[in-house]
Amino acid sequence: MEKVLRMLEEIRPEFDFRNSSNFIQNGFLDSLDIITLVSMLDEYFHISINGTDIIPENFEDIESINKLILKGGGTL
Amino acid sequence: MKINALEYLRETVIKYPNKPAIIDGERSITFHELDLKSKWLGFIIETKTKKRNQPIGVFLPKGLEAIVSFMGALYSRNFYVPMDVKSPETRINAILSNLNPSIIVTNKHYKSILLSYGVPEHLMIQVEDIDKEPDNFVEFFEDHISINMIDTDPIYTIYTSGSTGVPKGVVISHRGVIDYIEWAKTTFNIDEKTIIGNQAPFYFDNSTLDIYLSIAAGCTLVVIPEQYFAFPIKLMKYINELNINFIFWVPSILINVANFDILSQTLDCSLTKILFAGEVMPTKQLNYWRRNLPGALYANLYGPTEITVDCTYYIVNRDFDDNEPLPIGKPCRNSNIIILNNDNKEAGVTEIGELCVKGSSLALGYWNDPVKTNASFIQNPLNSNYQEKIYKTGDLVYINEKEEIIYVGRKDTQIKHMGYRIELGEIEMAALSLDSIFNACALYDLEKKEIVLVHESENNLTVSNIRRQLVNLVPKYMIPTTIIQLDKLPLNPNGKIDRVFLKETYMNKGFPIAQR
Repeated sequence: MEKVLRMLEEIRPEFDFRNSSNFIQNGFLDSLDIITLVSMLDEYFHISINGTDIIPENFEDIESINKLILKGGGTL
Repeated sequence: MKINALEYLRETVIKYPNKPAIIDGERSITFHELDLKSKWLGFIIETKTKKRNQPIGVFLPKGLEAIVSFMGALYSRNFYVPMDVKSPETRINAILSNLNPSIIVTNKHYKSILLSYGVPEHLMIQVEDIDKEPDNFVEFFEDHISINMIDTDPIYTIYTSGSTGVPKGVVISHRGVIDYIEWAKTTFNIDEKTIIGNQAPFYFDNSTLDIYLSIAAGCTLVVIPEQYFAFPIKLMKYINELNINFIFWVPSILINVANFDILSQTLDCSLTKILFAGEVMPTKQLNYWRRNLPGALYANLYGPTEITVDCTYYIVNRDFDDNEPLPIGKPCRNSNIIILNNDNKEAGVTEIGELCVKGSSLALGYWNDPVKTNASFIQNPLNSNYQEKIYKTGDLVYINEKEEIIYVGRKDTQIKHMGYRIELGEIEMAALSLDSIFNACALYDLEKKEIVLVHESENNLTVSNIRRQLVNLVPKYMIPTTIIQLDKLPLNPNGKIDRVFLKETYMNKGFPIAQR
């Protein structure tokens, strides 16, 4: 939980990810950020996120990102 | 022969008045509407400024209104300057103080942002404030306004990163755009049936191809919403839904589609022409595309902003190994290249030298900057008989046995990241301007495609802290991914920061996230 939050805060330090959701709808994360985040997640959790899972719904809040990590076989 | 780029629009609007010119999300505009709205805006700008060949800033997000503003600026017989609305205040102000625009076209939201940056209200035209044009306006316009621009007049200015921290405004002429578009239209057989899927931001000159091919050939331009580029599977579905068949994108997006193996998961693909430029396209990912979409045409384009987007091209016509470099090909029609070695002589076959370009599409120089203009646009050293300007690109290349130009790297510390041209010096200047950082070196990790900042500072600065401060100074695409703090930056025997040592030490080591 904290790890993903810290990654998000590093990518976009100007936003308050802890107390928000709808990251994509609110424009917190753009295309560059998603690419960066996916490669950080892959690297840190030793997973390989599937292209079909890279859809807005899976990045709207920390909970859905965590689900994505678990789906890929990572442990939080 | 066209003498200004508006002649394309004037011809197309007669041929295809009711055809959609631009599709922007849920909205669209026909060529007739585009022409009418542009003329009306042009008339308003003209009435407000009464000036010619002066810069009209366009501070709008990518979309319909931006293109209307570009054409409006031209109809006012001035030139447009697309500005990145996401750029931080300091950069916008640096650009505005160099540019000194007569007018800035913006909308309600961005007007308030510009006001907070201290831009005077009288300089701004807000698109929502523009009333509907009066009846019979077109007749009035045609009777009273003559579009007497010539092809050496400026058409646009685009700002690029400057190594001293101050962006440079590259001034492009109508002739540059006409020259470029005539070449592209013929080379890639663009006609009214083409549907273009735009990716390039309008402040990035790759968009010149999308915008003017649409206007010149009477084909529809789809401005793909930014959000889709984060989600490759959605992107490819959108392409098919709109039947987009032509794209000119930066490689990073094509790479993303390849790396997530999207093409095998989508049933079919409407794309038939795939062009890319802005950075090196790795052959591995190109091979993926060619395997999965074998019928399409692939072309690698190359050029600095200073030569009107592109000056060489390579249409992929043979197989490449995954590690073989893709040529940048040969010069576009009516452009020429010279490769100069260290002795300022023409390099021989396979000899590496600096790529220099010449031709009608050469920029008019840097706006309000004769010093930098004279340093970069120089007399051809091989010609002592008459005045002939060339632009030294700073790119190192050689010609192979097949007479193809092969890109090798840079002479200096300019990089291409996500297609953006960035001077590492600009990032270093921004980092150095932070209170607690007193030495900084920006590097580019080619393999991981990351900007790395190594810095020296008294306090223990967190990465987020540095990033939070940097976002106020440079555009987001210049923010370093990896930030490393050292007690002391190593120096080389000349007393300069030892970039080579830093590169060897801190790159490709797979830094664990904790150290980022």
